[in-house]
Amino acid sequence: MAQRYVMAIDQGTTSTRCILFDQSARLVAVAQREHRQHHPRPGWVEQDAVEIWRNVDRIVPQALRDAAISAEQVVALGITNQRETAVVWDRNTGVPVGRAIVWEDIRTEELVTELAARPESSGIRERCGLPLATYFSAPKLRWLLDNTPGLRDRAERGDVLFGTMDTWLIWNLTGGASGGLHVTDVTNASRTMLMNLITQVWDAELLSFFDIPARMLPEIRPSAEIHGVTSRVVPGVTIAAALGDQHAALFGQTCFAKGETKCTYGTGSFLLMNTGDTLVKSEHGLLTTIGYQLGGEPVTYALEGSIAVTGSLVQWFRDKLGLIQSAPEIETLARTVTDNGGCYIVPAFSGLFAPHWHSEARGLIVGLTSYITKGHLARAVLEATAWQTREVVDAMTAELGVPSTALKVDGGMTADHLLMQTIADVLDVPVLRPMVAETVSLGAAYAAGLAVGYWPDLEGLRRNWHLAARWNPQWNAADREAEYDNWKRAVELTFGWAKPKRARP
Amino acid sequence: MLRLLARGSGQYGLAEIAASLGLAKGTAHGILRTLQRVEFVEQDQESGRYRLGAALLHLGSSYLDANELRSRSINWADTLAARSGQEVRIGVHHDGAVLVVHHVFRPDDTMQTLGVGAMLPLHATAFGKVLLAYDTNLARDRELTSLTRRTIVSPQALERVLGQVRADGWASEAEECMPGEAGIAAPIRAPGGLVVGAIGVSGAVERICDSASRPKPALVGQVRSAAEAVSRALSD
Repeated sequence: MAQRYVMAIDQGTTSTRCILFDQSARLVAVAQREHRQHHPRPGWVEQDAVEIWRNVDRIVPQALRDAAISAEQVVALGITNQRETAVVWDRNTGVPVGRAIVWEDIRTEELVTELAARPESSGIRERCGLPLATYFSAPKLRWLLDNTPGLRDRAERGDVLFGTMDTWLIWNLTGGASGGLHVTDVTNASRTMLMNLITQVWDAELLSFFDIPARMLPEIRPSAEIHGVTSRVVPGVTIAAALGDQHAALFGQTCFAKGETKCTYGTGSFLLMNTGDTLVKSEHGLLTTIGYQLGGEPVTYALEGSIAVTGSLVQWFRDKLGLIQSAPEIETLARTVTDNGGCYIVPAFSGLFAPHWHSEARGLIVGLTSYITKGHLARAVLEATAWQTREVVDAMTAELGVPSTALKVDGGMTADHLLMQTIADVLDVPVLRPMVAETVSLGAAYAAGLAVGYWPDLEGLRRNWHLAARWNPQWNAADREAEYDNWKRAVELTFGWAKPKRARP
Repeated sequence: MLRLLARGSGQYGLAEIAASLGLAKGTAHGILRTLQRVEFVEQDQESGRYRLGAALLHLGSSYLDANELRSRSINWADTLAARSGQEVRIGVHHDGAVLVVHHVFRPDDTMQTLGVGAMLPLHATAFGKVLLAYDTNLARDRELTSLTRRTIVSPQALERVLGQVRADGWASEAEECMPGEAGIAAPIRAPGGLVVGAIGVSGAVERICDSASRPKPALVGQVRSAAEAVSRALSD
């Protein structure tokens, strides 16, 4: 019998990739395409959902070709995606009503301030686990409804559909306007601000608070379950999982037990801890979210520390400043000097996420003197990711009262050894990278493979986890604390920059 | 080809260029003539050797950054470690030695130390032999230091081995650098064929070699296909 494989589609913020895995969780083929980022105004970030769909249409056959296998050898497809990014499209034509509003987009800042001023806003977090912020889907969807002529009427008539990228891809893969499935999974739904975290259904009070017509929302399903069969791109493949990228990474790192934690370094970076069946309400600026849900089982909850800008700061350094030609060269440039020269960059491009949640913060470079070279700036870029990690790890520690003993990492930036070493230095714990850096895709593959019985159980998946690299802390405590203090002062300088200024509590 | 000419002494004969890039002589000659026409390459009147031309000075310099190489190869280095069950490293030439730019632990979850940044001898490692085999300008006049009783110390013997490496497309080493240790490596090629590094497995000699002290054919196949996958990833 021919060898069988699981396919993952990782629809990420900057690119979409299709990866095939074998039963030992080894990568067999990777096909990838980047899509354009549109920045029509300061703070606005948009993507073309049709371009993303076309990319999927190219990379899936390409991955099969590269692996020299047929679609019949693919036992299941798992879809994972950038979260919160909102797209609305016509159910009869499949054409989006406009570009998708990306999670980093902060156009809804005023709307969020208005909503936060309403008395009912105090109960929001209790229901959805999230603070009111531009980051999540509901304000973006509301903005589209308010600012696209005629859209609210079409939504109420049931002519248009809303989705995150998982929903958009599944609808298209299963037929689009001719019978496409309009579904999402519980992890993606948990990022909209519209789902009740306890009941895991669309919450009437939240819908009414954001004024969103229920008819346009997809059906919420478990993360790992047979959703349907593809009829386009590569027909006949079973779609057996969908989950948000960070949730997929948690799954791919086999963080199946309560207390297990991972941090994924991509466009942004996200620390997630499995909290099992316990819904933990954070006192320290973390989000309560769904870790994952296997079909027929209750959900597993998670706590999340979200950092908006990490890899995207390196991209900005490359594309907007032009100081490097490729992202990995940031390490080469940073190694031309031995420290940051007193310079700090706080990349509050989309405000600051966890643990601060200051939408009005804006980025800064501080500590400039004529001594500073581009090498120091490159150091400051990498250190910004490390210190932001420290902040969310500290919040996690404060939440639990127990310090972490190591950090499991994954994602593209783990190829940057200077960054990984710096993270170990600022956290003062070892940093561990597993053998599959593409943990997001692996998690989607695991969920899909479990749903169809390709892998029997979670314990079997755990045995696939192997350590690929380990970085041990090297800084002394005094330097670490002095640097952390400088970082904290730099962060405080970013607060309150964008008008209207918000009263600080 | 231009990158090859930009290396070392910067003067290469046709045969060396063809051998280094894995091209037929006729093909290499055709390309050189084209490059000569646009003044990217000049030919020395007396020696007949080729060097970079003046027109190139205005193009600025570009090279494959070691960190970029690691970033592009990480998936395939991981896959090689998972398939082979051995530790995987990627080496590039730096200052007369092999600089380790990437390292993946052996997937048995034993305590291991990250070896990125280490310098290894060119003549006594599989990585080094690959780099030497495809760059005729590298360290030919260097003394071949004896590290174990199996280290190749005769230049003639090393040349024979390097010729075999070019013929086979991979290199190996058994107890030539460290007693009890062995390794297998294959070339990573940038678009155009230039060898920019080597990827390979290493470990205890009984893990890498069969009972006849020859590299296990299955490992050789895995190393070679990983090298090809990384080379493909560099051309994407």
